[in-house]
Amino acid sequence: MKVLSRTLAVIAALMTASLAFPAHADEEVNVYSYRQPFLIKPMFEAFTRDTGIEVNVVYANKGLVERLHQEGANSPADLIFTVDIGRLTEAVDAGVTQPANSPALQANIPPQYQDPDHHWFGLTARARIIVASKDRVEPGEITTYEDLADPRWKGRICTRSGKHAYMVALTAGMIAHHGEAKAEEWLRGLKANLARKPQGNDRSQVKAIMEGVCDVAVINHYYMGKMMTNKDQAAWAASVNMVFPNQQSYGTHMNVSGMALTKSAPNRENALKLMVFLSDDLAQAMYAEQNFEYPIKQGVPWSGMLQSFGSYKADDLSLAKIAMQRKTASKMADKVGYDN
Amino acid sequence: MGLSASPSPDAFDFDTPSSRLRINPWTTATLLVALVVALPILVIPWLALFPTENIWPHLVSTVLPGYVLTTLGLMLGVTFGVLTMGVTSAWLVTMCRFPGRRFFEWAMLLPLAVPAYVVAYVYTDLLEYAGPVQIGLRHLFGWQSAADYWFPEIRSLGGAIAMMSMVLYPYVYLLSRAAFLEQSVGLLDASRTLGCGPWATFFRVSLPMARPSIATGTALALMETLNDVGTVDFFAVHTLTLGIYDVWLNMGNIGGAAQIAMVMLVFVMILLTIERQSRRRHKHYQISGRLKELPAHRLVGARGGLAFVACLLPVAAGFIIPASMLLTNSFRYFDESWTPELLQYALNSLSLSLGAAMVAVCIALLLAYGRRLVGGKVVGGAVSFASFGYAVPGAVLAIGVIIPLAGFDNALDAFMGEHFGISTGLLFSGTVFAILFAYVVRFLAIALGSVDSSLAKVTPAMDMAARTLGHGPMATFFKVHLPLIRGGVLIAVLVVFVDCMKELPATLILRPFNFDTLATYVYQFASDELIEQASLGALGIVVAGLIPVVVLSRVIAATRQTQTV
Repeated sequence: MKVLSRTLAVIAALMTASLAFPAHADEEVNVYSYRQPFLIKPMFEAFTRDTGIEVNVVYANKGLVERLHQEGANSPADLIFTVDIGRLTEAVDAGVTQPANSPALQANIPPQYQDPDHHWFGLTARARIIVASKDRVEPGEITTYEDLADPRWKGRICTRSGKHAYMVALTAGMIAHHGEAKAEEWLRGLKANLARKPQGNDRSQVKAIMEGVCDVAVINHYYMGKMMTNKDQAAWAASVNMVFPNQQSYGTHMNVSGMALTKSAPNRENALKLMVFLSDDLAQAMYAEQNFEYPIKQGVPWSGMLQSFGSYKADDLSLAKIAMQRKTASKMADKVGYDN
Repeated sequence: MGLSASPSPDAFDFDTPSSRLRINPWTTATLLVALVVALPILVIPWLALFPTENIWPHLVSTVLPGYVLTTLGLMLGVTFGVLTMGVTSAWLVTMCRFPGRRFFEWAMLLPLAVPAYVVAYVYTDLLEYAGPVQIGLRHLFGWQSAADYWFPEIRSLGGAIAMMSMVLYPYVYLLSRAAFLEQSVGLLDASRTLGCGPWATFFRVSLPMARPSIATGTALALMETLNDVGTVDFFAVHTLTLGIYDVWLNMGNIGGAAQIAMVMLVFVMILLTIERQSRRRHKHYQISGRLKELPAHRLVGARGGLAFVACLLPVAAGFIIPASMLLTNSFRYFDESWTPELLQYALNSLSLSLGAAMVAVCIALLLAYGRRLVGGKVVGGAVSFASFGYAVPGAVLAIGVIIPLAGFDNALDAFMGEHFGISTGLLFSGTVFAILFAYVVRFLAIALGSVDSSLAKVTPAMDMAARTLGHGPMATFFKVHLPLIRGGVLIAVLVVFVDCMKELPATLILRPFNFDTLATYVYQFASDELIEQASLGALGIVVAGLIPVVVLSRVIAATRQTQTV
């Protein structure tokens, strides 16, 4: 029993040491985030320096919308952050958001990157690009998403799982542009061209090109910047050319990381301040720099890395329209057996 | 004792399980605790009632057959893997003497400290085309490209089976070693007298006697396999668990996801029934079993070397290789990874895990002893059901925890607001309590398994003797049972502790603001494809897991020694 009581004493001590929370600041704003904290922390710190308002964060990769939903009117959360349009609309559909009626915010963000009803707002933009082997693919040989389904690429393409949010959004974009039947034909064509069963993340597709497993891959553009600045991965990035697809037609498929004001929002005023701050010049430049994403506000200067990628035509189809096709796109991946 | 319906603390019933439910304080306490623990699991069938659409026609005509086959294949493969590695090493270490045996006694447990998804990352780096192994082979044989040779694809069903087997076999090792240690020398001697050699004794006496323990260990490993998301997602192995997440997150249909989870629970129920049946048919109690030193087969020369290799391989694969990779990365990326906050995260992990382990084991003791005292199908069923949490995918379980907690908080808030004009807000949801609750629900099966199997070995004669001498059930428990099963109790505490240290999905969803554990800290980097920067934190999890592993092995060894007079 002595051992037991001693153990209990130790636990009690540990618990008090670790769980006694620092007293909350008077002014605060609470964030549920699907985005990794180390990527947004610098902007939050800048906000706190500016305004004295503390930003508290819970990060998780899933389940936060459900948590918000269950916590209901008592939820401490003011804002929800996501890394793609799907999660944003999911939160809106679950009824856990409210419109953010801030003229400054609505003016900072271009119309195609915000909800017509002001429930969600994009923060940074990412382009879904094609990368092609420098050794085995001539520049100009592949220029559109539609090319990916051309039989001449049989056995030469790599992508991640067709059920991943980024691929689902791309497929949803194809549905929005071409209709369901054409999009399915496209997805089947792409599937038939795959060099291997879809696996790994975006970076590992580039690695596979370097290894010679495939010649062409589809990735989010900022991974190129991340690989170029990583000592182990720079060689992977150096083995491919970047292609911004569909420059002669509707432009490159875009997605956003974004935010929404929660329905409960106990610190609504502070939350609105943070939203405006993040959509404005300083944070936009920092945010884009940090993760090599594109600032969403017009006129914010691009970092050196982004400039080196060159300018391009982005698809200006409203993300709200793309988001509506998400479920169909996800099922389409099952239907064509994309991941088999 | 049949008809008495009055509350009777003296209810005592072992081998005549009755289907009648007798109400007494023990029954009430056991049922109540089992119900609370079962709440998050009960949420699943409730959610399953409200799908946003009927998902089955789509699933059945597309991916479901694949999910089911893959899941079965994975479970079969892992069963084979953990049995081969776990039972062989346990037998060698317990019954034989060979070079390095004393080291392997505890080292066999080391892989327990390594999260499966970390092992998966490490081996992918090592074994893929651009990894050092294949580069070395290409240099050695002058191969130019992937077309020149065959190399097993690590990201495959086989790869997933290998990864999970090498970190999960310690469950089987742990339990089968304990069972071998407890075996009566008299029985083994008898078998030898009757002309059985060491092999025949193993297959005809030791193995059948240890079967219930081995089955329990395997069931734990399989439930953990069903629970895994990190590894199968990374390897693109499409199991039912991945299907649950797909329906929930991509199709926005948590009700449909819950329906798949129900199907999975049926899998588990079948598993557990088989396990319990096998235990029931092998009921025997230790009476004078451990009075003598176990026989030791001396293995020298080539046989000793073979035994050494058989034990070294699992340890090397499941611990030495991944841990040294983590160590190397930690040094290389130390500047990017080190932050003083890591210490705070480590402290959070340690205190939460230790707290959860203690609570889980106390609850397991209550449930196991309650079941022993009152017996009966209702109590037995409730206790079994309470341990299903182990097979529910962590993120789904987290939702199962939020719903009752937030529901309670909001109901209380509304009540207090209406009657006293004060708002109590969220008392439990979004606090450390929620995480603690989730850990207990999730890992109760482990604690219960260990406590239960220890308790089962205490002969009812002991209870009866104590009761005859005038002790109540409570005093009997503290004076007789607890001292007798303390080995099993400590094992339960330590294994639950290690598992809590590794727990990720529920912690992520349930935690308070600005609260990190080592596992969540590691994950934010791993999820951004920065495994190198995650290495230091992952190493922290492994190191913290080592402490209980070392203690564990001493406890097990001591169970034999203390009783060898």
